[in-house]
Amino acid sequence: MRFERREHRSLTLVIATPILAIIAALALSGILIAIAGAPVLEAYWRILKGAYGSRLSTTETLTRATPLMLTGLAAAVAFRARLWNIGAEGQLYIGAIAVAAASSHLLGGLPASIQIPALLVIGALAGMVLLLIPLWLRLRFSVDEVVTTLLLNFVAVLFVSMLIDTVLKDPTAFGWPQSQSVADAAMLPKLLSRSRLHLGLAIAVVLAFLLHVIQSRTVFGMQSHAAGLNPAGAVFAGVPLGRTLVIVACMSGGLAGLAGAVEVMGVKGYVTTDLSPGYGYSGIVVAMLANLNPLGVVLAALFTATMFVGADGMSRAMGIPSYIADVTVALSLLTMLVALFFTQYRIRR
Amino acid sequence: MSAAVLEIQHVSKRFGDNLANDDISLSLQKGEIVALLGENGAGKTTLMSILFGHYMPDSGRVVIDGQELPPGKPRAAIRAGIGMVHQHFSLAPNLTVLDNVTTGTESLWSFRARKGEARQKLLSISERFGLKVDPDARLGDLSVGEQQRVEILKALYNDARILVLDEPTAVLTQIEAQKLFSILKDMAAQGLSLIFISHKLDEVMNAADRIVVLRGGRQVAERKAAETSKTELAELMVGRTVTRPQREASTPGEIVLESAGITVRENGVDTLKAVDFRLRAGEVLGIIGVSGNGQTVLAQLLSGTRARTSGDLLLFGKPIDTLSVADAVFAGIGRIPEDRNKDGAIGEMAIWENAILERLPAFSRHGLVDRKSGMAYAQKIIDQFDVRGGTPSSRIRLLSGGNMQKLILGRNLINRPRILIAAQPARGLDEGAVAAVHERILEARRQGTAVLLISEDLDEVMALADRIQAIVGGRLSPPIPAEEASAQKLGLMMAGEWAQEFSHAV
Repeated sequence: MRFERREHRSLTLVIATPILAIIAALALSGILIAIAGAPVLEAYWRILKGAYGSRLSTTETLTRATPLMLTGLAAAVAFRARLWNIGAEGQLYIGAIAVAAASSHLLGGLPASIQIPALLVIGALAGMVLLLIPLWLRLRFSVDEVVTTLLLNFVAVLFVSMLIDTVLKDPTAFGWPQSQSVADAAMLPKLLSRSRLHLGLAIAVVLAFLLHVIQSRTVFGMQSHAAGLNPAGAVFAGVPLGRTLVIVACMSGGLAGLAGAVEVMGVKGYVTTDLSPGYGYSGIVVAMLANLNPLGVVLAALFTATMFVGADGMSRAMGIPSYIADVTVALSLLTMLVALFFTQYRIRR
Repeated sequence: MSAAVLEIQHVSKRFGDNLANDDISLSLQKGEIVALLGENGAGKTTLMSILFGHYMPDSGRVVIDGQELPPGKPRAAIRAGIGMVHQHFSLAPNLTVLDNVTTGTESLWSFRARKGEARQKLLSISERFGLKVDPDARLGDLSVGEQQRVEILKALYNDARILVLDEPTAVLTQIEAQKLFSILKDMAAQGLSLIFISHKLDEVMNAADRIVVLRGGRQVAERKAAETSKTELAELMVGRTVTRPQREASTPGEIVLESAGITVRENGVDTLKAVDFRLRAGEVLGIIGVSGNGQTVLAQLLSGTRARTSGDLLLFGKPIDTLSVADAVFAGIGRIPEDRNKDGAIGEMAIWENAILERLPAFSRHGLVDRKSGMAYAQKIIDQFDVRGGTPSSRIRLLSGGNMQKLILGRNLINRPRILIAAQPARGLDEGAVAAVHERILEARRQGTAVLLISEDLDEVMALADRIQAIVGGRLSPPIPAEEASAQKLGLMMAGEWAQEFSHAV
């Protein structure tokens, strides 16, 4: 048996790949559900119901999908240019704490129409800075950014932990390590009343469309793609490699920082060290599921959020640990990688 | 006639619509060297992969010493005494020579590695065939030629009696190649049987006893080396008479590109040393040299991807401070990189994207790429330069080497460049494609383009260049007119022996 490269990828194949991958992942986790002693189809039905069964659960799923879209875009943008940003988690926290600090200490008095855009920019800038450090190390000293961005996650979370226990600590939080709250004028408007669904979702979707246009239509999109696929060839064609990577890093770090800002300004209002249940890491899965396509990221983030929110409900009703959501999402990454392999290769005897 | 060591009988293999091998039969005697000659895609490598058990033949069989070899089993092929030397070595760069050679030969479950015996065996083999290598050197530290020797040693260590070499000289310099062939002849004299794959006429004439010619998957001829000629082989290989074009006389115009004392220093080493040359409109200046002597740096410098340390560069008579890629492209310098897969193309991108990537400003407005005119541009190149095997929207990786090179030539020449920097433009191409590339270069010269031809192929330079300079250790010899060039004289120049000869002439 050998693997042969496919010379042509049909559109059907490209669209069918993630769908088949997700079905395979669901089938595999179905085995685990069956071992846990529950009827598989009912469990999945309950997951679907748990995620979309009511107005509340639907808005909750969408709220959960919002930061995943942003971190997913952050990973997709970077990976396409072969910049391996594994640090979205840290960039998210730095973006979040920057917003909390700026609103509670500097801009709190400003009206919402000025304060909200300013804070979003601050959050994005903070995320950018955290990614530009490892990028500089790579360009200057050829340090592998996989290592530096990954390790900076821990640095960033510990730094935030220190801030919210010291200078930014909320004195009214009964001693809990929690940052001061952002001003009321800093909170993002709700998309639907009596829900947690906020403007962040719209921002994420608009950014996904914007990125899609940038990547598929612009000079920069073509150059960064070339730089990712073949750096030597890109240099020969006159693509400024360093500059392209700096811009890509600004976009990627900015998106991850924005995820943190939006989470604080849309949902929590303050920062704790459990602000993100691993949104930065899940973003990598989301990006891979979407095959790095920005529009695909929106759908992949919805799938991931559905699993997480739905599994909570299913777990309560059927007594199966909600960790099944983690398992399913992880499996879907693996099946997607296998499926992607088969879009590029076919089996030959 | 003694019994054949190896017989390939009526082997056919089909890949999809492509009949890669069509009823091919071949026999090999003890102590014989057979060359398998054919253009890229003629089915040579497929045939050898069937022999080695990598592929299952659709029909036909392989017989060794009268015993049929079970198909599709590399292990059986090794046990029967077949050794394969791949074009892309199958060695681990982080292991030592000894470890590389012994890997795969030891039983997985043996508790102690028999290093001592292995070393003895390796040393005696390398002694016997004159394949000198240090068994404790790390493979990655060796030159390509030495790595190839290790690959051969590995086959011999496995007691190979039949050695198959897939395009063994593709990665070697001319001197290394000559050395290799004398070793191969010695091996044959000692009773080994060899098959080597090639598309180079010179080397099959020199090294082989017998030559089997493949074309389009069929076996078209078999000749004794002593009873054939290069012309006949070329015709058999290509299927029609291919003659490489020759330049005709012309009078060059004004100087368009001049280098005065250019030096490039990198990590404390001068890769170019005080390089002087003048390039005139309508002439081809050949820069000849053994690879690794600075020609890559020279090509990069003039292509805008490398900066110089000192010296002056004059473009159309005006001194140039720094030359970027965009400067070069839009000043009318066409650029053909020496490695078309690495530098010349982004394999996974479409042909149209590859066509316009280096001149994006001309194909975009307000930062948006004009896809439509890019596609039309690519189509124009495809039509005018006879690029086969793809449409503007198919990925460039799908093109064969010759067609990819025609596309790269086309994206430069279609804009009528005033200067063309052509680095190894025909490297790795088959005869038909070489002739096409040479014809395009001469056509550009007729139209007044100044061509700097960087090459290590003597025939190519003597056929195309008006004047020739040699590059040795980063230094450039003074030019000699093509009329004075002979293979012998150029050989001396490439060895760096021009100093005495020219010192009294200046």
